Amino acid sequence: MITIRYFGSLKETIGRSTETLSISELESLTVLDVWHYVNGDFPLAENILTALNMDYVTRSHVVNDGDEVAFFPPVTGG
Amino acid sequence: MTIKICDVAFEPFSEIQTFQNALALNGKFGATSIFIGTMRDFNDGDDVQAMMLEHYDGMTQKQLTKMVTTTKSKWQILDFLIVHRIGEILPNEPIVLVAVWSAHRNEAFEACRYLMEELKANAPFWKLEKLATNQNRWVSKF
Repeated sequence: MITIRYFGSLKETIGRSTETLSISELESLTVLDVWHYVNGDFPLAENILTALNMDYVTRSHVVNDGDEVAFFPPVTGG
Repeated sequence: MTIKICDVAFEPFSEIQTFQNALALNGKFGATSIFIGTMRDFNDGDDVQAMMLEHYDGMTQKQLTKMVTTTKSKWQILDFLIVHRIGEILPNEPIVLVAVWSAHRNEAFEACRYLMEELKANAPFWKLEKLATNQNRWVSKF
């Protein structure tokens, strides 16, 4: 199972903060594949950042069972 | 090295004093560089009443720890203190504190600046402003 999390304005746009996705062991998904699995054709905007297990990754990074994937807009802390 | 994520208002100078008093570094540090970020009551031409600061719990701490490790590899630093607010923040309340202790000023100045810029660029926080018009607005970079 993959955990998917959304933050900031994207969380409001999507209307969810977290969800899970069950994948078979045979499937090899990228971060972008995960997005489309749960959001269909809804486009992943170019400025949205992606993290895997709390580290920044590119959208082509492979996701494994048990991973946590996050999508969020550019950060604005400090 | 201490990283604190704080959901209530904090007093930065007390934090610094308490941290420094606990350091076993008497006579070892010659420089302390401090950055304090404070909430304004205006932004982008609008009056702002309050701000909600959201973060990605776990990733925030992980990324800040990595930033400190990188900073330590670049400069000879004796110790660090980072405090960042989350939750509802009011104007004039501190948002962030970065303090760096080192033997000499150059390391302290440069490491503090570097760490603060890295935090702004990569630490997963998001600000939602509550405007005087009662509208909410996400702070965005683009």
